[in-house]
Amino acid sequence: MKDAEAAVSTVGLTRDFGSFRAVDGVNLDIPRGAIFGFLGPNGSGKTTTIRMLCGLLRPSSGSGRVVGCDIAREGEAIRRRIGYMSQKFSLYDDLTVAENLTFYAGMYGLANAKRRERVDAMIALADLRGRERTLTGALAGGVRQRLALACAIVHEPEMIFLDEPTSGVDPAARRRFWETIADLADGGATIMASTHFMDEAEHCTSLGLMYAGKMLISGSPDALKRELTVAAGKIWQARVPDSIGFLDRIRAFVSGGILDAYIFGASVRVLACGARLPADVAGAAAWEEREPTLEDVFVHHVRSSAGMEGQRCDA
Amino acid sequence: MRRLRALIVKEFIQMRRDPLTLAMLMLIPIVQLILFGFAINTDVKHLPTVVFDQSMGQESREFIQSLSATQYFDIRGYAASYDAIRRAIERGDGVVGIVFGPDFARRLARRDGAAIQVIVDASDPMSASSAIAAAEMIGLRKSAAVVAEATGTGMSPVYDVRLRPWYNRDFRTPYYMVPGILGVILTMTMMMITSMAIVRERERGTLEQLLVTPMRPWELMVGKIAPYLGVGYAQLTIGLLVGRAVFRIPMRGSLALLYLLTLLFIFSTLMWGILISTVSKTQMQAMILSIFGFLPSILLSGFMFPRMGMPTVFRYLSMALPLTWFQIITRGILLKGVGLESLALPVIALCVLIAVFLGVSLFKFHRTLD
Ligand SMILES: Nc1ncnc2c1ncn2[C@@H]1O[C@H](COP(=O)(O)OP(=O)(O)O)[C@@H](O)[C@H]1O
Ligand SMILES: [Mg+2]
Repeated sequence: MKDAEAAVSTVGLTRDFGSFRAVDGVNLDIPRGAIFGFLGPNGSGKTTTIRMLCGLLRPSSGSGRVVGCDIAREGEAIRRRIGYMSQKFSLYDDLTVAENLTFYAGMYGLANAKRRERVDAMIALADLRGRERTLTGALAGGVRQRLALACAIVHEPEMIFLDEPTSGVDPAARRRFWETIADLADGGATIMASTHFMDEAEHCTSLGLMYAGKMLISGSPDALKRELTVAAGKIWQARVPDSIGFLDRIRAFVSGGILDAYIFGASVRVLACGARLPADVAGAAAWEEREPTLEDVFVHHVRSSAGMEGQRCDA
Repeated sequence: MRRLRALIVKEFIQMRRDPLTLAMLMLIPIVQLILFGFAINTDVKHLPTVVFDQSMGQESREFIQSLSATQYFDIRGYAASYDAIRRAIERGDGVVGIVFGPDFARRLARRDGAAIQVIVDASDPMSASSAIAAAEMIGLRKSAAVVAEATGTGMSPVYDVRLRPWYNRDFRTPYYMVPGILGVILTMTMMMITSMAIVRERERGTLEQLLVTPMRPWELMVGKIAPYLGVGYAQLTIGLLVGRAVFRIPMRGSLALLYLLTLLFIFSTLMWGILISTVSKTQMQAMILSIFGFLPSILLSGFMFPRMGMPTVFRYLSMALPLTWFQIITRGILLKGVGLESLALPVIALCVLIAVFLGVSLFKFHRTLD
């Protein structure tokens, strides 16, 4: 049965631009109802992956299914059932709020009564009541993003792709945006949202980390954190005066008792092998044990994939 | 159908939000028609003329009078030497120089080839040929009169050539220029507008959002074209009104037929623009491509130069231009008053062009961003 299938699943999804491999063998498996956070620095291939899933780019190799349909052959069926909010703002500046919504409702073939009902609901969702006749070009950044989301979901899609929906949006508005996304997931939709803000990862039920075209790790936030402590050891943090010089000294121990060391705010964090720090490191500062954050998880994986630090404990 | 309606409504709203462009589209036919209608005149009169009269007699004065009576020559002055004539033409004070030899009157009395030299500035062939034709005419007429008088046979010539210029008896340039300019204006505005249409959405990123909807490419194209069919008809109407009011162009055939067939022309030109828009990556490219299509339309369509005189290659090339067929249609209906039965070829040709433009556009339109 198609509906029992995952919302998105891909096998070896790859995209080349000329000789440059922007997306490299990505395997995805997003269950229905999930909020999948697609993390990664700029240029890591998030947009390219999402575009392939929406049928906007053809994969160079690999395959994928979205809402139970093949992305290479069933684009038409997929388009009816997904919503997509592109990274670049792409509504019509010279149409009003209501006109943009009505236009997209029409493009998805909603009948008159249904269209009015949905446009009205979307104006409420985007909190634009009373500004229906404002030209879209005159809206502020955060408001525009809400309207873009509303236009992308006016036809009640079961799968929603959001490409950096919160870029250029202030923190308070970002929080509200994620609340809206949680509501949509509660309503049964599956969401895949890309971001390069690590803190937004906490809003997601599962995460994938892209780096240089590859999916480094994926899983639920808790599982990822647990995995880090099980595979490696504990996280220790200390406040030191000259953190950069200190880090250089500490790094000598990488592979010799610690797995990774990096600056974390005003402090230095180390990922130890096992439960204890090597004696020399332990004596160098006043360490406190900390719970791993997602940032720890990502920094560790990105650095080890880039070959910047030793990757295993030779215990 | 709901999608198509949504697209058309959106285009109309956007058109309304840009009243300046719309106003300009309406003004262009008025301004251009008046400018070109008055400025372009292939029958050049009142050519500034300088005379070097060495005979200084009654006879040469009389000849000069006959010349200026034709209105082709405006006598601007008398030169004292050959050199003075050359200088006048070089400065641009004169376009024509007329020289009578010292023995003009004597030779005329002997009927011995009294020479009149007509020097023309042929760097502008159009005014030169007007001057030549008028001067030759006067020469022939005056010779015939002298011969007739001498032989006492009266004025009836041996060969009696009677000219009957049909459809435009007085060779009035605006009669064929005005419908021509109308076609040129429509070609320019219609093609330019739609050539920007799709590529603009591509550049602004709005096409990406459209492509994830279930929209079909032909719906997008028809949506872009529909509002401008209206604009094209408005331009046609304004142009015909100006042509009628200012230039008194005749309307001998059925206006209903003209409006019906213009639909094919406007549609094909809009579709041509759409084709440019689908193959262009940027608005700049689209602009250059449409100029690339516009220039041959002016030069090869028969608007400026008769197609009969063109080398075969260009004549075939001109058949791919909608304007070529529109010229035939407008001249046919307005000046000759012909009906549909005489216009089968242009109608078929325009239909073929529409099908080709549409087919290639759909083939070239990609559902993806690559
Ligand atoms: N159309 C394209 N042509 C060539 N290179 C591209 C194109 N689109 C993206 N890229 C390259 O692919 C890489 C991944 O881009 P993208 O998917 O946009 O990353 P992200 O969304 O994670 O920032 C980048 O290095 C980018 O320069
Ligand atoms: Mg991106």
